[in-house]
Amino acid sequence: MAFFLETLIGGLMTGMLYSLVALGFVLIFKASGVFNFAQGAMVLLAALAMARFAEWFPERLGFDNKVLANLLAFAAAMVLMVAVAWLIERLVLSKLVNQEGVTLLMATLGIAYFMDGAGQTLFGSDIYKIDVGLPKDPIFLLDTVFQGGILVNKEDLYAAAIAASLVVLLSMFFQYTATGRALRAVADDHQAAQSIGIPLNRIWVIVWSVAGFTALVAGMIWGSKLGVQFSLSLVALKALPVVILGGLTSVPGAIIGGLIIGVGEKLSEVYIGSQIGGGIEIWFGYVLVLFVLLVRPQGLFGEKIIDRV
Amino acid sequence: MSERRIGEVILEVKNISLSFGGVKALTDISFNVREHEIRAIIGPNGAGKSSMLNCINGVYTPQQGSINFRGRTFSNMNSRQVAEMGFARTFQNLALFKGMSVLDNIMTGRNLKMKTNLFQQAIRWGAAEREETEQRQFVERIIDFLEIQPYRKTPVGRLPYGLQKRVDLGRALAMEPQVLLLDEPMAGMNVEEKQDMCRFVLDVNDEFGTTIVLIEHDMSVVMDISDRVVVLDYGKKIGDGTPAEVRANPEVISAYLGTSH
Repeated sequence: MAFFLETLIGGLMTGMLYSLVALGFVLIFKASGVFNFAQGAMVLLAALAMARFAEWFPERLGFDNKVLANLLAFAAAMVLMVAVAWLIERLVLSKLVNQEGVTLLMATLGIAYFMDGAGQTLFGSDIYKIDVGLPKDPIFLLDTVFQGGILVNKEDLYAAAIAASLVVLLSMFFQYTATGRALRAVADDHQAAQSIGIPLNRIWVIVWSVAGFTALVAGMIWGSKLGVQFSLSLVALKALPVVILGGLTSVPGAIIGGLIIGVGEKLSEVYIGSQIGGGIEIWFGYVLVLFVLLVRPQGLFGEKIIDRV
Repeated sequence: MSERRIGEVILEVKNISLSFGGVKALTDISFNVREHEIRAIIGPNGAGKSSMLNCINGVYTPQQGSINFRGRTFSNMNSRQVAEMGFARTFQNLALFKGMSVLDNIMTGRNLKMKTNLFQQAIRWGAAEREETEQRQFVERIIDFLEIQPYRKTPVGRLPYGLQKRVDLGRALAMEPQVLLLDEPMAGMNVEEKQDMCRFVLDVNDEFGTTIVLIEHDMSVVMDISDRVVVLDYGKKIGDGTPAEVRANPEVISAYLGTSH
């Protein structure tokens, strides 16, 4: 039982990170109808920037304060992500307004490869470490109930708390600020939003920046767990089934979808994997999504599309 | 309709032609709109009424002709720029933000009046908080005016059609427009809803002095509330004048009733 719970909690932690990446997908899809394949590349770029800035700032500016270095690096990485958002809007999206979804998808695919390359050119292609000072020591929970308790990584707990508060903050921003309202308006109806004077270009820059922010947080957490390297870009492939499972247009869907797939992956790997030889983790998400799509083509929380005939 | 409240010509549409590929939607249309008046554009289905409104609203750019508002000629403007000039519109096929509450929908109409930036809003800085409250008060007045108080928090997607039309009008009113463009405000309504909508349109015109350009399919409604009427048929202007003049125009009669050959 304790082992089961350990696996479950481990799955939830991974799932939380999938949720963060999926959230970036959903935000952009809702507001601009673009399926952003570059979300994974954004995670990599943000993490690379964060890792390298945290090294460079103390070196160049000659101070030795880890907290300050991390704060500065985080801020600088965020500035970079906003700049990226602005450039994408200027150079790509604004030229492709009203184009087919497939065209936009291909454009983001191009952006993804460009960012993967440019990121490594700028920041180097080694494996880097992000050390934001999350405690690494494991703790034992519920040791009164189970013999030996449940082993939980403290770092995972902090990471989950950060991810959860980010989600809460974002949903409050969307729900309670004028800009958030404008974002939701654009997501609902482009034409009407424009007719009441909401500037689409500015909204797109904001949405891509927010997606950049979630990418940065996801990259930071992931990077501090496993190091920053090229494979980070591939988390997009893990988040893909999450978005489809949760429904492309649903923020809660992205979060719950991430948790379901995170947990499902871990449990199936441990319990079924041992029977058939492992390797389930890699394809579990996709197979799960396949079955869900058979029953609910719009995903678990997506809006059902009813066409007038 | 008293004559005195109607002012100078503020909107001048000159020789507008619009075609989509080979299909001519509008041919050489000219008319003007005076300040504070209710100006109707009528015509049978497919006459080009919506195309005309979309030209004024910046959704379509006509191939020929010009539109002039208070001395400014606009060519190649998009809807947002037209909105900034003081135009608001409603939609024939309701383009409300379905997932949002009535209040939020109407609040989006205040977007252009909001001056605080994203960061102030994000941390709910004093100015942003104050601004939100001020705008909210304005929106509450509109909600009262349109008599939709009980539905304030209801997601618009759940309201009956007639009420959704009212919210659409409310969102446009929230922009405090100088010119209000109404695209078939009474379409698909029952008699009672139509009467309500007529009353609101007249009240808006009366209380706020808003100039109104409205498109309507149903001739009887329009004749009661408009000051002047433009009649379109197959993309051409076939009549222009007071309701009485238009009604007596033989071309208009034949367009609506068909000619006997």
